[in-house]
Amino acid sequence: MNEVRKPPVATTGIIGWLRINLFFNWTNSLITLFVIYCLYQFIPWILDWTIFSADFKYNYLGEQITNQEMCSRNLDPENGGACWAVIYVRFYQFIYGFYPKVEVWRVNVAYVMLALALLPLLYAKLPYRKYFLYFTYIFPVIAYFLLNGGLGFTEVSTNKWGGLLVTLVLGCTGIALAFPIGIMLALGRRSKLPVISMMCTLFIEFIRGVPLITLLFFGMVMLPLFLPEGIDMDGLVRVLVAVTLFQSAYMAEVIRGGLQAIPPGQYEAAKSLGMSYWRMNLLIILPQAIRISIPPIVNTSIGLFKDTTLVIIVGILDLLGIGRGTLADTNWLGLSYEIYFFVSLVFFIFTFGMSRYSLYLEKKLKTGINMGAD
Amino acid sequence: MRSNLGLFSDEKFRSIFFQTLVVGLFALGLFFVISTTSYNLEKRNIATGWSFLQNPAGFDISFSPFLEFKSTDTHLKVYFVGVLNTLLVSVTGCIAATILGFILGIIRLSSNWLLSRLVYIYVEFSRNVPLLLQIILWYSILIQLPRVKQSLQILDVFYISNRGLYSPRPIFESGFSYVSIAIVLALISSFLINRWAKKRQDKTGQQFPVFSSSIGLIFIFPLILFFILGSPLSFEHPELKGFNFKGGLVIRPEFIAMFLALSIYTAAFISEIVRAGIMSVSKGQREASAAIGLKQTWIMRLIIIPQALRVIVPPLTSQYLNLTKNSSLGIAVGYADLVHGFGGISLNQTGQAIECMAIVMATYLSISLTISFFMNIYNRSIQFKEK
Repeated sequence: MNEVRKPPVATTGIIGWLRINLFFNWTNSLITLFVIYCLYQFIPWILDWTIFSADFKYNYLGEQITNQEMCSRNLDPENGGACWAVIYVRFYQFIYGFYPKVEVWRVNVAYVMLALALLPLLYAKLPYRKYFLYFTYIFPVIAYFLLNGGLGFTEVSTNKWGGLLVTLVLGCTGIALAFPIGIMLALGRRSKLPVISMMCTLFIEFIRGVPLITLLFFGMVMLPLFLPEGIDMDGLVRVLVAVTLFQSAYMAEVIRGGLQAIPPGQYEAAKSLGMSYWRMNLLIILPQAIRISIPPIVNTSIGLFKDTTLVIIVGILDLLGIGRGTLADTNWLGLSYEIYFFVSLVFFIFTFGMSRYSLYLEKKLKTGINMGAD
Repeated sequence: MRSNLGLFSDEKFRSIFFQTLVVGLFALGLFFVISTTSYNLEKRNIATGWSFLQNPAGFDISFSPFLEFKSTDTHLKVYFVGVLNTLLVSVTGCIAATILGFILGIIRLSSNWLLSRLVYIYVEFSRNVPLLLQIILWYSILIQLPRVKQSLQILDVFYISNRGLYSPRPIFESGFSYVSIAIVLALISSFLINRWAKKRQDKTGQQFPVFSSSIGLIFIFPLILFFILGSPLSFEHPELKGFNFKGGLVIRPEFIAMFLALSIYTAAFISEIVRAGIMSVSKGQREASAAIGLKQTWIMRLIIIPQALRVIVPPLTSQYLNLTKNSSLGIAVGYADLVHGFGGISLNQTGQAIECMAIVMATYLSISLTISFFMNIYNRSIQFKEK
């Protein structure tokens, strides 16, 4: 009878893992020790700065902080770390901008509704998904009246909007509007009609060849010149036009990639059933093409979400704009690290979440499970 | 059914009809835009035409390393300074991002768990925070450096302060042109040697020490010439006079912030591309080359990287394009590039928005097209070749 021997201790369990991954040979061990030493120096310092010696609302004397002079590190440079009180004091502006306090419930309702509207798009197995989707379709209309006013709500002009509100409005509207335009451009570029295909190609390549900032300038400076007198476009709308044009060109290329991956047999089968061009695309081709291009669509959307920060250059106060505005305030001078850290963190949470979601979709696609992208 | 539709059931007619319709609508829209625009321009007293390019700019540009710029120079010169500054930060950024990205991509695949995790954290943070925020953050770090009087010294020749990095400026004397000609000649001849050696190896199997001979040609040959000519190169050191340094080479914090942010941000994307490229080379290739006894470094250089490059180059091209377009964010920290100098200040001074924006957009388009043209040539040269 053969004796069943256990594998050597050094190749299994924690010790085995350590040996293979951290101490495989002497150079490897040296690197590991060096990295551990660096982390040992760095991690306690950063934890101390961000948490243990930081002020959140009160300084080390126990006073509530109302300006930068009261931060512990400005009172006593030897002790005290970050001064998060600036975020605490300005939190309202970071989230809502200068939206009137009486009406702010409307923004809160819109935030909650946005989450509800996104739910059926993100989660395919949601019960009663169909009804949720109806809500998603009408949400933009509701959000417009909620945030802007009308239908009995008092009007809140867009120059009072700011912070996360503007970031989300720009990101969500840009993505939502660019999606149908992108589909049309992608179909147009692949069209057999030479004039249409040429015009779509030129448009897409032009937009992709210039930086977003020039398009924003175009929206801010040139768009008013193109429109007849009397039509006064809102600043946020002008920026939205630029952002949407920009995003739709990128979206079109991503969807075109999906369209190219559809086997010709699908087109032929649809045509042989006597379907018209639009029926074929709407019922057969696009559902499949969009399904496979959802991960790259999410990726370009992440790009757009980050790029919305560019609007501060044309004077719109998004999250980063509010941060810079706070820094210009003499009460909060010199707290740039705290503010930039906070703004980065907010962006990181959104974009990292989106990128994880795109990875999850990619995995699902590979295993061939229906992800219900219709 | 058919008869009801009449001509519309004919595919050819339909195609011509719709295309004419689209062209007609487009022309109508264009006509409308042009007529309202010219009306608006007239009403607001905005001049048109290109003559503004010859007018004096009336402002100073703090960072213009290639062209001397005075406030009496024309807007056309502002444009050239802007293009050069855009190209400067794009080219240096692309080079740094590529080097950093390749190193990080390879480290990410290293067998050391801790090291690859660290790179992973760097990649995630740098990819998921907006670039504009990173540029502003770097700039705010740089301008919080010590003042000029307390500037940090490195090796007694470099000075770092909140005004930027001061380093000795090389002064080329008359004989130096021979040295530069020698360098160019050495580069060409080492390129020819490389081709000849490859041909010979294909024919006879004999190897030629291309790398060491090229190094000898490119470095040692010009160096010998340099000393024969009596070292025609001297340095002008920066000196602290009053509140600022005089002389020397200044690298402004705006440029450093742009360079650091662009290269660090793009390197994160490039490292992921490199990682995916290396992982796309099948495991069998590595095992086969190990089986025939190649050294570990040779496996990487001769087997893995050439095959990975085929996957890496197309997305790398789009990263270069992105970096070039992202260099337009210099306006946020006052880096006098194309958008800030010409599309920003010149536009505001002359009010000729349409002309300025058209020039800026056309320039970016041509830079983008040039980059993709050369990268396409390079891409074709590394793809599989049927023999």
